[in-house]
Amino acid sequence: MSSGDEVPRLLRGLTSDGRPLSLTEHLALHGPVPAARARRDPDRNLVAEIERSGLRGRGGAAFPVALKLAAVGARRGRRVVVVNGCEGEPVSSKDRVLLNQSPHLVLDGATVAARAVGAAQIVVATKLDSAAVVEHAVAERVRARLDEPTPRVVVVPDRYVAGQESALVNFLNSGRSAPTLVPPRPFERGVGGQPTLIQNAETVANLALIAGNGAEWFRRLGPAADPGTVLVTLTGAVERAGLYEVARGTSISVLLQRAGGPSAPVQAFLVGGYAGSWLTAAAGREACLDEASMAARGAVVAVGAVTVLPDTACGVAETARILRYLAEESAGQCGPCVHGLASIAGSADELARGIAERDVVTRLERWAGQIAGRGACHHPDGAVRMLASALRCFSDDVAAHRSGRPCPAAPPAGSRHRRGVLR
Amino acid sequence: MTWRLRVDPIACDGRGLCAELLPECISLDDWGYPIIESPEVSGRLMTHARRAVAMCPTLALLLEDTP
Repeated sequence: MSSGDEVPRLLRGLTSDGRPLSLTEHLALHGPVPAARARRDPDRNLVAEIERSGLRGRGGAAFPVALKLAAVGARRGRRVVVVNGCEGEPVSSKDRVLLNQSPHLVLDGATVAARAVGAAQIVVATKLDSAAVVEHAVAERVRARLDEPTPRVVVVPDRYVAGQESALVNFLNSGRSAPTLVPPRPFERGVGGQPTLIQNAETVANLALIAGNGAEWFRRLGPAADPGTVLVTLTGAVERAGLYEVARGTSISVLLQRAGGPSAPVQAFLVGGYAGSWLTAAAGREACLDEASMAARGAVVAVGAVTVLPDTACGVAETARILRYLAEESAGQCGPCVHGLASIAGSADELARGIAERDVVTRLERWAGQIAGRGACHHPDGAVRMLASALRCFSDDVAAHRSGRPCPAAPPAGSRHRRGVLR
Repeated sequence: MTWRLRVDPIACDGRGLCAELLPECISLDDWGYPIIESPEVSGRLMTHARRAVAMCPTLALLLEDTP
């Protein structure tokens, strides 16, 4: 076992050619997971160890994992563990890389979760491009008589909201990838009506490391309130874009150094993906990749995506493009999301082109206030958070666009500009 | 006992009856969908709240008791 003070942990031993680690290679790196078989009853000692680790969910909400484990374990029924590898976020690739290159680490973690809650069933939900690798890894484990229960691999549609918890449960139950009204929450009534634990693939991989190395080891990296590492998908104007693993609490400027620095003068950072927050270059460099540091700047780590906006790009135009994407990715079920996001995207687009009415910012703010918290899921809330951060971060640009001065980076009149400079 | 109003946003079609029947608690957004301004209902408003719930054409308005 490693001493624990260094990264990478989750990405340890990954090959540069992107092929998956075999079971033999994986066991040589990480060793076997102790007592990997699930039993009928929850394993309270294991849950207590995970609680001591302080692990929080890596899917976006940063909810304490032990609380979720205890909530599912306390319910009666044939409990289900779902590994959420849907990763609908366009600027995040961490779960895809984990599933495609270290599938056994994720599967180890799934068995740990299953043992912790006493699950009768494990489901691994992935996008199509990870399914074959995970299927192959499950087959390797079946031959080695490793897992009980044997994980079932399910391919989920590649849509933004597909990985939202209730949408994932709905898809597994009915084949419809759309959120449902909560409560009931998945831990109360989830897959097949049974108590269901849903954890992001990165979270689950961390469970494997905690079971193998202990809570004490896990806490050696990162702040006490938010320990461990974070997988960061770094994109945009940076010399070496890609996936990085750093201790939580690492500043964005240190992360940038590891990636060879920015490839152009930095204007701003988008942290946490399309539903995340814009930070100015100065604020972003100082910001650290842990929830407390981000919260102090009105942002969230969420899925750990960091996108570098160069000073040649237009933050207003990028924001408008992302809002259009998010509006089109609405599941189309809730009025405030369907109409609200479409209206917001339309006005943001007009603003970017310099053809918006004078009161456009007031209108955007009113709409943002109206739709927050009013969808069945948090899709509109994420869009509104990103918009609010853009109005703060690019306030000078917004004022310039509002007085009819589109910048050269803005889309030409008449185009729908689906592609931006970031992606 | 306090009761709480909640909208099922998936079921809601934005017909707007609830805001007409219970303007004390419900307003409409710019697209005609209900915003619950004050979710807690008690006393004389209960009759009006129950009527609004019963009249919703899509059964999207819910009145739930809070423990």
